[in-house]
Amino acid sequence: MTWDWSAVSAFLPHFRDGLVVTLQALALGSLISFSLGLVWTLLMRTPTRWVRWPVGVVTEFVRNTPLLVQLFFLFYVLPEWGLAFSALTTGVLAIGLHYSTYTMQVYRAGIEAVPVGQWEAATALSLPARRTWCAVILPQAVRRVVPPLGNYVISMLKDTPVLMSITVLEMLGQARLFSQQHFRFTEPVTVIGVAFIVVSYLASVLLRTLERRLVR
Amino acid sequence: MTPGLWDLVLRGAWTTIQLLVLSGLLMTAVALVVGVARTSRHWSVRFLAGLYTEVFRGTSALVMIFWVFFVLPVALGWQLVPLWAGTLALGLTYGAYGAEIVRGALGAVDPAQREGGVALGFTPGQRLRLILLPQAVPEMIPSYCNLLVELLKGTALVSVTGMGDLAFSGNLVRLALQESAHIYTYLLVVYFVIAFVITRLMRGLERRLKAGLGGVA
Repeated sequence: MTWDWSAVSAFLPHFRDGLVVTLQALALGSLISFSLGLVWTLLMRTPTRWVRWPVGVVTEFVRNTPLLVQLFFLFYVLPEWGLAFSALTTGVLAIGLHYSTYTMQVYRAGIEAVPVGQWEAATALSLPARRTWCAVILPQAVRRVVPPLGNYVISMLKDTPVLMSITVLEMLGQARLFSQQHFRFTEPVTVIGVAFIVVSYLASVLLRTLERRLVR
Repeated sequence: MTPGLWDLVLRGAWTTIQLLVLSGLLMTAVALVVGVARTSRHWSVRFLAGLYTEVFRGTSALVMIFWVFFVLPVALGWQLVPLWAGTLALGLTYGAYGAEIVRGALGAVDPAQREGGVALGFTPGQRLRLILLPQAVPEMIPSYCNLLVELLKGTALVSVTGMGDLAFSGNLVRLALQESAHIYTYLLVVYFVIAFVITRLMRGLERRLKAGLGGVA
């Protein structure tokens, strides 16, 4: 094998563009999954099973099927229904939707982990439902929810290369384009492989610091 | 759909299942070896196993697949058959996640069990095989089942390199028929059914293994 540093430096500008797209997809995907996951959790707590049952089935289905196929589904089927988004928007929606079915479990576990006594105290003080949630339950749940959510952010990062398959030029897409133009696979693919390790390691360090802040 | 297209989809599904079974086996082997190595007495073994998990959990599975499919042939001068290349990439990546499950479950076994083994003069190998693993394995099954479903979803990634798995043949059928909604719904349902079967099988296995443990508190 020959390692060519000039190919690495030629790839770097493309790598930077790819990194920006990857981080954009990650940030927006996280936002969608965090908020949509909360919506699923709250819907699963409604008293009627006519809401719980469909939400449960849909989320279970989304969780157990490949993100890649969901991506194709959104990318090719939404335009048929008259909803045309850019490739990146579709990708962000798909990642957000896919991971919202994971974050809903995190929220559920976080809410269930709040001691029953807290609920009972809120009832005893006859707090209205809104204040029970905002002032008593959620502040305690957030603390338990942050570490697992952070883990999902990291797995989302590692799922962003899938967007390449619907023509988004994130890191792997850039690497593939570059290698097809220059017939060099080794350098670009290795560079982004290392970049993924570095970014996910930095993210995990950041998360650990955040966790320590919250637990204190 | 014409019979020819059905044939294509069935062959794709067969490839996906083959890939799932092979990479599942490799994943299990890697997970056990690396997971046990992380509890080793020698720091060098622990360090290497830790490095392995960090590196393979740090990269994306898809990047790993690209690496095995496109960089490895250039680097080594020979190329793996797509099925084995996919197996290698997926097995090694998901094996690193599995290693963490194994390590966690081994750590969760009551320390007194290990000490009991020492007191009775068991060798480290016997302790692992006769005392620790029989208690740790049932604990691993739920997370292992989740990991298998993740692996199933991961097998769809190989279609990006042009390997004819279920997702790939679905794309071909879409090109032939120009009906995205139907095809992709079928595809998702097939994946869901496979995932469902995995979950059921694992639940049965867990019950069998737990029953074999007898009255361990």
